[in-house]
Amino acid sequence: MLTEKKIKELELKANHIRQSIIEALLPAKSGHSAGPLGMADIFTYFYFHALKHDPKNPDWADRDRVVLSNGHICPVLYASMAHAGYFPVEELKTLRKLGSRLQGHPHREWLPGIETSSGPLGSGVSQAAGMALADKMDHGQTATRRIYAFLSDGELQEGNSWEGIMFAGKYKLHNLLAIVDYNNIQIEGYVDDVMPLEPLADKWRSFNWHVLEVDGHDLRAIDEAVEHAHTIFEKPTVILAHTIPGKGVSFMERNYKWHGMPPNAEQAAQALDELKKAEELIKSAQ
Amino acid sequence: MINPKLKLNPKIWNDDVEQAPIRKGFGTGLLAAGEADKSIVGICADLTESTQMHLFAEKFPERFVQVGVAEQDLVTVASGMAAMGKMPFTSSYAMFSPGRNWEQIRTTIAYNDQPVVIVGSHAGISVGPDGGTHQALEDIALMRVLPRMIVLAPCDSVEAKKATMALAKLKKPAYLRLAREKSPIITTEETPFEIGKAQIFHETDGIAHVGVIACGALVHNAMKAAHKLEKEGVRVKVMNMATIKPLDTAAVIALAKECGAIVTVEEHQIAGGLGGAIAECLAGSIPTPIEFVGVHDEYGQSGAPLELIEHYHMGVSHITDAIKKVLDRKG
Repeated sequence: MLTEKKIKELELKANHIRQSIIEALLPAKSGHSAGPLGMADIFTYFYFHALKHDPKNPDWADRDRVVLSNGHICPVLYASMAHAGYFPVEELKTLRKLGSRLQGHPHREWLPGIETSSGPLGSGVSQAAGMALADKMDHGQTATRRIYAFLSDGELQEGNSWEGIMFAGKYKLHNLLAIVDYNNIQIEGYVDDVMPLEPLADKWRSFNWHVLEVDGHDLRAIDEAVEHAHTIFEKPTVILAHTIPGKGVSFMERNYKWHGMPPNAEQAAQALDELKKAEELIKSAQ
Repeated sequence: MINPKLKLNPKIWNDDVEQAPIRKGFGTGLLAAGEADKSIVGICADLTESTQMHLFAEKFPERFVQVGVAEQDLVTVASGMAAMGKMPFTSSYAMFSPGRNWEQIRTTIAYNDQPVVIVGSHAGISVGPDGGTHQALEDIALMRVLPRMIVLAPCDSVEAKKATMALAKLKKPAYLRLAREKSPIITTEETPFEIGKAQIFHETDGIAHVGVIACGALVHNAMKAAHKLEKEGVRVKVMNMATIKPLDTAAVIALAKECGAIVTVEEHQIAGGLGGAIAECLAGSIPTPIEFVGVHDEYGQSGAPLELIEHYHMGVSHITDAIKKVLDRKG
């Protein structure tokens, strides 16, 4: 269970990661804003609490595995990795530039700590399921490495997603935990308009998954869900994390137009101003 | 004449030459490789027996994975398993894998540099009665265009076994093309095999007039065409190009230099296949007249395998015609 102190620490870290996301997107002049900001709390929770990893030794064999299926939210992955010590925070400003290790969508070969290249949607569950099955083949129920698959809601419109979900259900992959960023936006609008997913929890359940739902900004709730998932040995678990796209930047929140757009200089300044004010509030509450 | 150095099947010209499906060599090869290497896993999309993966699955059920009719899942699960240190072989029909799941192969295996062997069985027109929907004539092109993808199309069952075992050791992203129908055994256990190495199966007494470069079961037709023309005084070398990528460019250029005229033979579309690879190689080094035997920008249909090979102009007579035509062009 997270202590009050730890929660405050994570909240502050998430705020810094949000600031880094804005600072990376500004010089990049392209990229995705809403998804990364919305997932900042969850990524902070994993990279600074739940994940078994060693930023100085990214190939450590016993590490947990992170599969980011919706590669386009990589600014939050990169910012979390940089703050965790995988590479200098300053390097975030090379995002999407020629020769940068921080490709527009993650590239396994170029950046240590990336488990798989991603971008084209819908392939993450299957890859994570393959990892989980390989580990189970060798270690059975005692497999202790956790395989975490981070997915978007929009990519659940891909057939490949459901092939992977069906597969993981068949092989009862207890060591696999999927986290769906349920923010209800995609490029062209609200998921519910473009191609509704509901009843989403029922869909996962009918594919033989254990389903949990949380507020994706409530660190305590996220922690409880992840801890609970570790106790489920009969099937894989999915956490449907309800998030606010653009969370923390008032003019981006809930607006699907920020799915695939970076801030301009003025917008970035306003975003950073808001985030710095939020940072002061978090600090003063400590 | 048959190249004596390669210890090919001496019964190659006989009507009763032994025959076996190329896919069978994959089945026995995977079983042998699986015995030697515990990291090998077999993953199949509901075609275990027809792709001959059942031999492995029966011997090593704990290392066999059944994904059902889901080819996108097939290769992405394989990528994930490879990331954890396994050496996966995936099998389905070529029409479905790589036919249906090309992007997943590109991103999660080739771009991602994961050692997965994609086995596409039932490739080519010789699938026969199943018809055009099931005749993969584009798979070599689909796989050859991917950077770092290794592409193999063995000429018989014996070579397919060696190719499978070599790929199991190589541990790189690769595509292995197999055929359904029985075809003549050209090589023997003693015939050397190396990925990336072309071999002259049909030699000539003196400088050859034409070089034929072939892959898959049609290597046998190419051999017969060369044998027939030998009696007419036309000297034809036949090169078995089991590895289409990386192409043995040194061997191709040497053959073109010697002959000055090339014919390519494949059970595939002319565009993007073996012929395309040879044309790209020679156009950039020593431009040489080439005739292409294969399928010319059309789909197949139902029919008996040999009937289809003739109908779509890949028979022995079509190869001899192409040889004569390229000889004329050579002038």
